[in-house]
Amino acid sequence: MSARKFFGRILPATETARVPTRSSRRRFLQHTLGAAGAATLALPSHAADNAAQGDPSILKPQPHRIGLGQPVATFGYGQPSQWEKNLQRRQSPGLTRVTQSSVAFTPLQGSFGILTPNGLHFERHHQGWWDIDPSQHRLMVMGLVKQARVYTMDDLMRLPSVSRIHFIECGANTGMEWGNVAVPSVQYTHGMLSCCEFTGVRLSTLLDLSGFHKKTARFVLAEGGDGSGLSRSISIEQALDDVIVAWAMNGEMLRPENGYPLRLVVPGAQGVSWVKWLRRLEVGDQRWDQREEVLHYVDLMPDGMHRQYTQIQEAKSVITSPSGGQTLLDHGFYNVTGLAWSGRGRVKRVDVSVDGGRNWRTARLETPILSKALTRFNIDWQWNGQPAILQSRVIDETGYVQPTIGQLRAVRGTRSIYHNNMIQSWKVAENGEVSNVQVG
Amino acid sequence: MCKLDKHALQYALQHALQYLRPSTDLHNRLRPGVRLMLCVVLMLFTTYSVAQTKYPGVGRAATAAEVSAWDIDVRADFKGLPKGSGSVKRGEDVWEAKCASCHGTFGESNQTFPPLVGGTTATDIANGRVAALTKPSEGRTTLMKLSRISTLWDYINRAMPWNAPQTLSVEEVYAVTAYILSLGNVVPDDFVLSDQNMAQVQARLPNRFGLHMNHGLWSVQGKPDTNNTACMHNCTQQAQLRSELPEHARDAHGNLAEQQRLIGPTRGTVTTRVASAATSTTATSSDTNAAKSSTAHAEARALATKHACLSCHGIANRLVGPSFQEIAKRHQTDNQANTKLAQKIRAGGVGAWGNIPMPAQAHLADDEINRLVQWILSGAR
Repeated sequence: MSARKFFGRILPATETARVPTRSSRRRFLQHTLGAAGAATLALPSHAADNAAQGDPSILKPQPHRIGLGQPVATFGYGQPSQWEKNLQRRQSPGLTRVTQSSVAFTPLQGSFGILTPNGLHFERHHQGWWDIDPSQHRLMVMGLVKQARVYTMDDLMRLPSVSRIHFIECGANTGMEWGNVAVPSVQYTHGMLSCCEFTGVRLSTLLDLSGFHKKTARFVLAEGGDGSGLSRSISIEQALDDVIVAWAMNGEMLRPENGYPLRLVVPGAQGVSWVKWLRRLEVGDQRWDQREEVLHYVDLMPDGMHRQYTQIQEAKSVITSPSGGQTLLDHGFYNVTGLAWSGRGRVKRVDVSVDGGRNWRTARLETPILSKALTRFNIDWQWNGQPAILQSRVIDETGYVQPTIGQLRAVRGTRSIYHNNMIQSWKVAENGEVSNVQVG
Repeated sequence: MCKLDKHALQYALQHALQYLRPSTDLHNRLRPGVRLMLCVVLMLFTTYSVAQTKYPGVGRAATAAEVSAWDIDVRADFKGLPKGSGSVKRGEDVWEAKCASCHGTFGESNQTFPPLVGGTTATDIANGRVAALTKPSEGRTTLMKLSRISTLWDYINRAMPWNAPQTLSVEEVYAVTAYILSLGNVVPDDFVLSDQNMAQVQARLPNRFGLHMNHGLWSVQGKPDTNNTACMHNCTQQAQLRSELPEHARDAHGNLAEQQRLIGPTRGTVTTRVASAATSTTATSSDTNAAKSSTAHAEARALATKHACLSCHGIANRLVGPSFQEIAKRHQTDNQANTKLAQKIRAGGVGAWGNIPMPAQAHLADDEINRLVQWILSGAR
């Protein structure tokens, strides 16, 4: 294969052919991407005139270089650039019928590193969200305790705090893909996933303060202060291990949609256990069999039985770019990048395939690599213009290897909704268009 | 030697602890001898984790009234279930007034939420397993999944009605629970459900044996149910495409080009159809009236979304209630329409469009109601 053919339809940007190349790329973009893609993209428009001199973005004086910029504190709370408006939380049309009991997905396709910006953290509410007055918020710890106790936010924020980075993933993330491909992009396949640095007091501190009954305490019920009074049981072992009663995310107070002023952080467990607007913790000797433990968040198996209390988010990974709904600009080099995580601990290794799972190469893991947190991986890839199928496969510190959709279906069928941690496949077509596919 | 009841001891200790807190007035009133005695009792009771003195001044004891106000959970062993009862008949009345607008008269509606009732049989009641759950073609109703009657009672008590949770009386919760169960023939139409017979009804739930915990997803130590290996070379045959999005679903999530960053190694793929892309260029910026009207519509629609009006009313299609455009059409020539509709939203009503009542929306401000009425009557775009 000649170099010319390898680099394909769009001519390589050599020194002598530079400007015509950009011009032809512009035509390609307009053709391929249409008005929405090209109209907002500042590409040179007088390319031919300046062919001899070079790029007008360099040669012409830029307004921001020769004028005066905006003053400090123009925005008391800063905003993303006007050029980043495409990256928004979005709903999946038809998934739910009412917006108060629904989901807004995080735009993972535009993510960098491992932390999710607070404004893009996914949302899942059961009966709408509230912006609760923190001075009126109370947390009660009761049940099998020496003394039922009440805490104000003032009280809680006086206690020794910890800050930990953890992922939160809805148990139903990727749930639409059990039977077949249903949604087009990583925002909708995997966007019920976020990762933040959470700050709060360890749950064990509060349980100690109440004097929980060590011999009989087996479980803790966490309950929210919203209309759903959302409630989930967690084990006492978990509660005393790494669970946090958190008021902050990524250096600021929780956002209202994420439980302001107080939520539970249950590392490794599905999002529903991370009770928002947390107002009550009850210590008990049995699980509570609440609505989200009997009627929802139960996984239907092929024999008609439901698995109950499935809460650990097993190891999972996904390539975030290139991913569904994106079109590659050119042949040649790409940094394939993605996220890997495990509810059982640290990510040990991520492998990437570009041929639909036949051959694999091990990707670079970026630091930090933290327990029950997202881990970023990257790997080099030369796209030669041929169709390709990109996949990633994580191995966590327990040695567990992320399964294929076929392996999952063999055990769980296609109707279990929750805990789909399959290897995700993205097809790259010859025209550069990337789409969601399933292979077998 | 006197023998102390354990619960009595716990109760006494809780109160004793309140007296021992330095900030409590009673602390000073207790004779030192009593304080010492209470301390000795406390020290004997060593199975409790004790760290309370580590963070003095943080938090306080909850009062009995506070605990009782918030301790609403009901467990499968009926711990927490309040005494009381409610009949199917009473439940039907409550249902018509407060539940049917979302769930349908017989709990069968699939318009706002998945159906509550259906898919269970007398054989299921006998077996305690719902046979239809094994059939991939069958949808799943709440009653098909329900394995604990305590869960249904707690769910209704905790979170229903959806837009006014925790407003039902204990009797109404029993009654509505009984009504739902009667729709699935779990209890007869003349049944009165009470704290005394919940266990008997539990023994008739169609899916009471339908749950298990034989899986590895409860604890970090759990054993996984898949066993993939990390093969690196020649692992599979040529990959076969098993599933991809059909062409007609290409724009089902909007134009993906507008959901991707404008710089970087990729661009968003344009997924709009050619026809709709052509019409979008025909709008002229001079048409400011149209733009203003469009903004007003968008704001009113956001208001309707916020207050969940759209859960029951579609813009152009009938859901639980009539569509907004149907309402506008009926009131085209009615010069009292503004007042009538505002009153209907505020106070609720039934009969104008069928027998499913519209619940009162008393929490809406007058201004909000007026904006919604204007929007509905102008065609609700």
